[in-house]
Amino acid sequence: MDKSRIKDAFQKTRQEGRAALIPYVTAGYPTLGMLAPLVRALEAGGADLIEIGIPFSDPLADGPILQEAATRALAGGVRVQQILDVVSGIETSVPLLFLTYVNLVYRRGIEQFIRDSHEAGISGLIIPDWPWVESAQHQAWAHDHDVALIPFAAPTSTDPHLDAIAHGHGFVYTVSVTGVTGARTTVDKGLAPLVTRIKEHVSLPVAVGFGISTPEQARETGRIADGVIVGSALVKALMEDPDHAPAVAERFVKGLRDAL
Amino acid sequence: MGKMKLMPDAHGRFGPFGGQYVPETLMPALDELSAAYHQAKTDKSFHEEWMALLKDYVGRPTPLRQAFRMSEKLGFPVYLKREDLNHTGAHKINNTMGQILLARRMGKTRIIAETGAGQHGVATATAAALFGLKAEIYMGAEDVERQALNVYRMRLLGAEVHSVHSGTSTLKDATNEAIRDWVTNVRDTFYVIGSVVGPHPYPMMVRDFQSIIGIEARRQFRQLTSGFPTHIVAPVGGGSNSMGIFYPFRQDPVALIGVEAAGEGIETGRHAATITMAERGILHGSLSYLLQDADGQIQPAHSISAGLDYPGVGPEHAYFHHTGRAQYVSITDQEALDAFHRLAEWEGIIPALESAHAIAWVIKEQKVLESANARVLVNLSGRGDKDVDAVLGYEEGNHGQEPH
Repeated sequence: MDKSRIKDAFQKTRQEGRAALIPYVTAGYPTLGMLAPLVRALEAGGADLIEIGIPFSDPLADGPILQEAATRALAGGVRVQQILDVVSGIETSVPLLFLTYVNLVYRRGIEQFIRDSHEAGISGLIIPDWPWVESAQHQAWAHDHDVALIPFAAPTSTDPHLDAIAHGHGFVYTVSVTGVTGARTTVDKGLAPLVTRIKEHVSLPVAVGFGISTPEQARETGRIADGVIVGSALVKALMEDPDHAPAVAERFVKGLRDAL
Repeated sequence: MGKMKLMPDAHGRFGPFGGQYVPETLMPALDELSAAYHQAKTDKSFHEEWMALLKDYVGRPTPLRQAFRMSEKLGFPVYLKREDLNHTGAHKINNTMGQILLARRMGKTRIIAETGAGQHGVATATAAALFGLKAEIYMGAEDVERQALNVYRMRLLGAEVHSVHSGTSTLKDATNEAIRDWVTNVRDTFYVIGSVVGPHPYPMMVRDFQSIIGIEARRQFRQLTSGFPTHIVAPVGGGSNSMGIFYPFRQDPVALIGVEAAGEGIETGRHAATITMAERGILHGSLSYLLQDADGQIQPAHSISAGLDYPGVGPEHAYFHHTGRAQYVSITDQEALDAFHRLAEWEGIIPALESAHAIAWVIKEQKVLESANARVLVNLSGRGDKDVDAVLGYEEGNHGQEPH
C-alpha cells in the first residue's frame, strides 16, 4: 500500500478518457458478513475506488437512506474494530476509503485511527464534519502514514478555502449542491462552473458526490468531473433486495460504469 | 483569583474545547455569522434595541429576592433569580431575542431552531412572530408527544413544527435535523441555536446574550447584601442558563455549582450527567464532553426534565470543569421531584423541573451549606407550569417507571 494508489486510480481512468466511478456502501448493511462480498462485487462491476461507511449514531450530513442504513447496521451491533478486521481481510486492487464522522476518529485517537486504517489497507478518510480548519493540522501526519484526509469543496466554498485545500491530498470531494446525501432528479446547473472554479485553484482530481443516482446523471457528471461518487442510490437498491446485495451491487455499478 | 484569558480564542476554542466541526458547506455561513455578530456587538444601536426589547417586551430585569421561608427551613439565606418571570416563562427568550435581531441585520428571512422540551422552540417562535418572520422548529417525535402543549403554543405563534423520527427521536436528533436543514438552505436561513452548544461562534454568542442574567444578578445581589453570594447554583443541560449566570461572576470569589440530571441514578446508566462522566467527544459542531460508548457512538440521555435530556454540554462548561472554575454535581429525578414540591409549598413558586434540580442540590447539601454560613443564589431558570401534567401523571401511578 503506498500513497500513490488514489493518484494511480485517477490517472488510469484519465488515460481511459473517462471519470472514475466511486460507489459507497455502509459497513454492516445488510450485514457485516456481506461487506467483503460487496466490495468484490463493486470491483467486478467496474468501481475505480470504493468508499466504505463506518456507521455513526448521528450522521448529520446524510439523508434518509444512509441514515437508515447506519441505524440498521448499528442495531445489528457492528463495531469499529470488527469493520477494521473485515476490511483488513479484503483483497482488492481498488483503493479503499473510509467515510465516517469525526467523533469515531477522535474517540479512537486521531493518530491511532489513521494508523489502524492504514494497516487495514485504507488509502483515504472522508470525514464530512471535519472541515479543513480543524483537520489541516493532521494532513501532513496522515500523508506521512499513507492515508489521505480527503478535503471537501461545496457550492458555498470561498476562494481562500480552495487555495488552502490545494495543499491537500487524494482528491477533492465536491458536494454538488448545498444539502445532505440522497438521490436527486437532475444534475445541478451550478455544478459545471463550480468544478471549473475548483480546478482553477486545485490540481488534485475533483470527484463529485451527493445526489447522483442514474446512469444518465453519472454520464453528465462524468463529463464535468474526474470522479463520480454514488452512495444513497446504491444503498437504496440494496435495501430493495438485501438478500442478494452483492449481485444487486454489481449490476447497479456496471450500469453506471457503462454510462461513463 | 487571577485574570482569566479571554475565551474563546480566535479559533473558537475554550482551552481544548469548542471549535467548528461542521460540513464544509456551512463554514462560510459561520464566518458570515461571526463577522455579523462582531459588528453587532460593537454597535451601540444593536445593544440599545436588544435592551429595549428585553425591558418592554420580555419584562427585564427579572427580580432577585430572598426566599425567606426556604431560608428559614434550611438555616441559611437562599436567593432566587427569577428567570421564570420572563415572557414565555424561562430564560430562553433572552437569547432568541438577540439572535432574531441579528438574523434581521443579516437579511435572513427564514428562521429554524431545534427544541427539546419546547421552551426554546416557543421562545424562537415568539421572537419570530414579533418581527413577522417565519419559524420552523425541529422537535423529536418523542418530545412532540410528551410536550403536546408546547407544540400547540408554537403553532399558535405561527411556527411550523417538524416532528423528527430519526435516531432516538429526541433533542439530539432534532438538532441533527436542524443542521441538515441549515446545510440545505444555508443561503437564506438563520439557525437559532438554543444553548451554549454548537460550532463557534454559537457558544460565545448564546453565552453573551444569556449573560444578562448574571449581569443583573450581580448588581441586584450587591444592592441587596453589599456582598457576593458564596455559591451560585444553576441546572445544566446544554448549559445556557447556568453559563448566563456564571459568566459575569467568573472572576469573583463565588463557588459556581452546575447541577446535571442524574436521572434514575448515575449507576443505572440512565442519566444526562455529561460532565460528571467527563468523556471528551465531538457532536453538533464542537468538542466537549459527551455521553458515548467505547466506539464514540452517542448514547441516549435520560432525565425527567426534558430540558436536561441532552447527551452533550457546552464547551465552555467543559472548560470550567477542566480548569476547576466551576463544580458540577448531579441530582436524580426523584430528588428533583421532591424539590419541585418543596419550592411550591415554601415559596408559592412552581419551578421548572430543570430549576428544581438546582433547588434539590441546595436542600441535599443543607448541612454543609449551613455550617459554611453560605449565602446561596439559585438561578430559577423557568416556571413549572409546563411540567405539571407530567409530574401529575408520574405521581398518579407511574412510580418507578419512566415519566412520559
